[in-house]
Amino acid sequence: MTRKQKRLALIGSAVGVLGLALGMVLFALRDNVVFFYGPTEMVEKHVGPGVRLRIGGLVKTGSLVHLAGKSISFDVTDGKAEVPVAYTGLLPDLFREGQGVVAEGALDKKGVFQADSILAKHDERYMPREVADALKKQGVWQEGSAGAAEKTAGGAQ
Amino acid sequence: MIVEVGHYALVLALALSIMQAVLPFWGARAHDARMMGLARPIALTQFAFVALSYAALTYAHVVSDFSLVNVVENSHSTKPLIYKISGVWGNHEGSMMLWVLILAMCGAAMASFSRAIPPRLFADALSVQGVLGTAFLLFILLTSNPFTRLIPAPIEGQDLNPILQDPGLAIHPPLLYLGYVGFSIVFSLAAAALIGGRLDAAFARFIRPWTLLAWCFLTLGIAMGSYWAYYTLGWGGFWFWDPVENASLLPWLAGTALLHSAAVMEKREALKVWTIFLAIVTFSLSLLGTFLVRSGVLTSVHAFASDPRRGLFILAILVVFIGGALFLFMLRASSLKQGGLFAPISREGALVVNNLLLTASCAAVLVGTLYPLLLESINGDKISVGAPFFNLTFGPLFAPVLILAPFGQLLAWKRGDLLAAAQRLFFAAGCGLAAMAVFAAVNGAPVVAFIGSGVAVYLIIGSFVEIFGRVFPSGLGATKNAFARARGLPRSAWGTAFAHAGLGVTLLGLAATGWGVEKIVAMKQGDIYDVGPYQLEIVALTTDQGPNYSETTAHMTVRRDGQTVALIAPSKRFFSTRRMATAQAGIVTLHFGQVYVSIAEPNAQGLIDARLYWKPLVSLIWIGALIMAFGGTLSLSDRRLRVGVARRAARIPASAQTAG
Repeated sequence: MTRKQKRLALIGSAVGVLGLALGMVLFALRDNVVFFYGPTEMVEKHVGPGVRLRIGGLVKTGSLVHLAGKSISFDVTDGKAEVPVAYTGLLPDLFREGQGVVAEGALDKKGVFQADSILAKHDERYMPREVADALKKQGVWQEGSAGAAEKTAGGAQ
Repeated sequence: MIVEVGHYALVLALALSIMQAVLPFWGARAHDARMMGLARPIALTQFAFVALSYAALTYAHVVSDFSLVNVVENSHSTKPLIYKISGVWGNHEGSMMLWVLILAMCGAAMASFSRAIPPRLFADALSVQGVLGTAFLLFILLTSNPFTRLIPAPIEGQDLNPILQDPGLAIHPPLLYLGYVGFSIVFSLAAAALIGGRLDAAFARFIRPWTLLAWCFLTLGIAMGSYWAYYTLGWGGFWFWDPVENASLLPWLAGTALLHSAAVMEKREALKVWTIFLAIVTFSLSLLGTFLVRSGVLTSVHAFASDPRRGLFILAILVVFIGGALFLFMLRASSLKQGGLFAPISREGALVVNNLLLTASCAAVLVGTLYPLLLESINGDKISVGAPFFNLTFGPLFAPVLILAPFGQLLAWKRGDLLAAAQRLFFAAGCGLAAMAVFAAVNGAPVVAFIGSGVAVYLIIGSFVEIFGRVFPSGLGATKNAFARARGLPRSAWGTAFAHAGLGVTLLGLAATGWGVEKIVAMKQGDIYDVGPYQLEIVALTTDQGPNYSETTAHMTVRRDGQTVALIAPSKRFFSTRRMATAQAGIVTLHFGQVYVSIAEPNAQGLIDARLYWKPLVSLIWIGALIMAFGGTLSLSDRRLRVGVARRAARIPASAQTAG
C-alpha cells in the first residue's frame, strides 16, 4: 500500500469505530434514559404505566404506612399534587415523613408508583437538587427555609 | 498569626506564578538565557510558598482555630486528629488548596527532574504550568478563600460530614489529585511543543514517565474511591456510573490511550499529532472533572458547596485552557512532520486499534455524563443516564480491548504476523475456554459472569505469553539461564505484562459479581442466615461511645460447615453534631471473596434490618488495580524511560532490545 492508501485506511477505520460508537450511544440514549418528574409534572404529562421514571418531592406527613414484611407505602407530594408510592426493601437512614425523597420505578395499572429504589438525602442540611427544583416550580419551596435550618444547626452565625 | 502568614504566602505564590508564566516565556522569545533560567527557581519557590500556605491551613484545622470560617464549617474540637488533618481537603476550599499544592508540586518536580529537556521547551512548559497555577490561585483567592475569618469566633465547629470521617478520605483525594493534576505536566509539555513547533521522538520520552506516574496515581485513586464507596455506602455497590465517578474515569481512559500512543511515538516517530492531541485531551478531561465536581452543577457527596460564582470561574478556566490548547493545536498540527510508516498488522497497528477503542469508549462515557446536563440547560428536562446506558455503550466498545491486548504485545513493530501471534495465544485461549467451562459448570448463570471470567483468565495468561517466549526461547526444557534472561528483559516489558494482567484480574472480580448472593432480612440475636456458603449469626449487640459519635454494633460470627471462620462487627454510628448516621459495614475477606453485612438501628421489637451479601472474588477488582499500578511503576523504573539516560540503554544486551 502507498502512504496515502495507508492513511486512508487508518482514517477509514477510525471513522468506522467512532461511527459505531455514535450509533450505540444514540441507540442506548433512546431507551435507557430515565426522566425525573415532580408529582405535578406526572399528572400533567399523563405518564402511562410501565415507563421508568424518577419522582421526587416530600414524603407527605401522615401518609407513611408499614405493610407486611418490608413493604411500605407513602405519598410523594410537592404541595399541589400527590403520587402514591409502594416500595419493598430497606429504607435509607434519613427517610422520614416531611423530608425530601427520590424514588425510581414505574407506575402500575392502578396508578401506584412501584419503586425499586429509594434515595433520601445524605444529611440534615442537604435536599436533593431535583427535589428542591420540583418544589420551587410549585412555589412551595422557600429559599430561606434551608438556610434557616442551616443556621440553627450551625449555631455559629 | 500563622493563619495570616499562610494567607500571605498564598498571595505571594500567586505573584510568583504570574512571574513563572511571563518571564521564562519572554526569555525564550528574547533569547535571554538568564530569564529562561529563572523558570526553575521560581517554580521551586512557588511550590514552597503554596506548601507553607497549605501547612498554615492544616495547622488551623489541627488546633481547631474557630476564627476561620473553613474550620468552623468543617471541623469540631472532638474530631480525631487524622480527620483534622485529612479534613483540610474534605471541603471545597481545602480541596482546591490540595489541587493547587499538587499543581505547584508538579511544576517543582518538572523543574527538578527534567534537565535533559531542551531549554526552550523547558522554559515554555514551565511557563504554561505558571499560567495554570495563576488561574487556580486566583480562583482560590477570589472565590474560595480558606483563610476567611469569622468574628466573633464561635466556641465549637459544625463538624465534618460523617461520611467523610473515614480513613478513605486520607488516601483517596490525594491519590486522585496526583493523577488528575499529574497530567498537567504532560499538558504543559504538549502546549510548549506546539508553541515551539518542533516535535520529535524525544518528546515522547519526556512525557512518558510523567504520563505513567500520573496514570498510576489515577488508577490507585479511582480504585480507592470505588472501594471507599463500596464499604461505606452500605449496599455493596462499588461503581454507580455517577457523573463524579465518570469524571475520574474519563481522564483514565484518555491517559491510558496516551500511554500507548506515546510508546508508538517514542519507538517509531509515528502518531505524533495524535499523541499531542491526547496529551491535551487527557488534562482537559481532568479539568472537566474538576469543573463537574467543584462547580456545584451536580449534587453528590463530592459537591461540598455550590456558589454560582465558583461554577462560572471554573467554567472560564475550562474554556480558556481547553479552547486555547485546541486552538494552538489547530494552528500548529498541520506543520508537524509525519512520522514512520507501518503495516496495518503490526505493533503500531495494534496500538492504533487500542487508541481507537479507548477514545471511542471515552467518548461514549463523556456523552452519557454530559447529556443530562445539556438537556437540562436546553429544555429543563431532568433525566438520569444510568448503568444500562453505559453497559450498552462502554461495554461493547471496551470488550475488544480485553481480547486484543495480548495480541498487541506479540506483534512486532513495523510489520507483524497475526497468525503467529494467534498461534502463540492458543494456550491462553484454551485456558480461558476451560475456565469458562468450569465456571459455567460450578457456578452456572448468569452467562456474562462465566464468559467474563473466561476472558479474564485468557487475558491474565495471555499477558505473560510474550515474556514467557523470551525467557524460555526454546520451550520449558531449556531452563538454563532462564532467570538471567528474565532479569535481562527490560522492566517496561514486565510492566506491560503486569498492567495487562491486572486488567484481567479486575475483570475477573467484576465478572464474579454476577454470582453474588444478597439477602435483606430482619434479624434478632440467635437467628442464623445462610449467605452463599456461609452462615451468619448475631451473638451480641453493644452500644459504645466514640470520640464524636455513638455506635451500635452487631457482633456476628461467620461459620462454614459448623466451623467459625471469622467474626465481623457491622455497626451504625450516630454523629450528634450533624444529627446524622453512617453505616460501618462488617466485611471479611475469604478466598478473595467477601462476606459483607450492613445493619440499621434496632427497631422497637428489637429486630435489626440487615443486608447480607456474599460477593465471590470481589476483592480482585481492587487487587487488579493495584497490579496495574505495580506494572506502571515497573515500567517507570525502566532505565530507558528515565529522561537523559536514553543513550546508556544501548548497553543492555541486544536480545532485550526489541521490547516495547
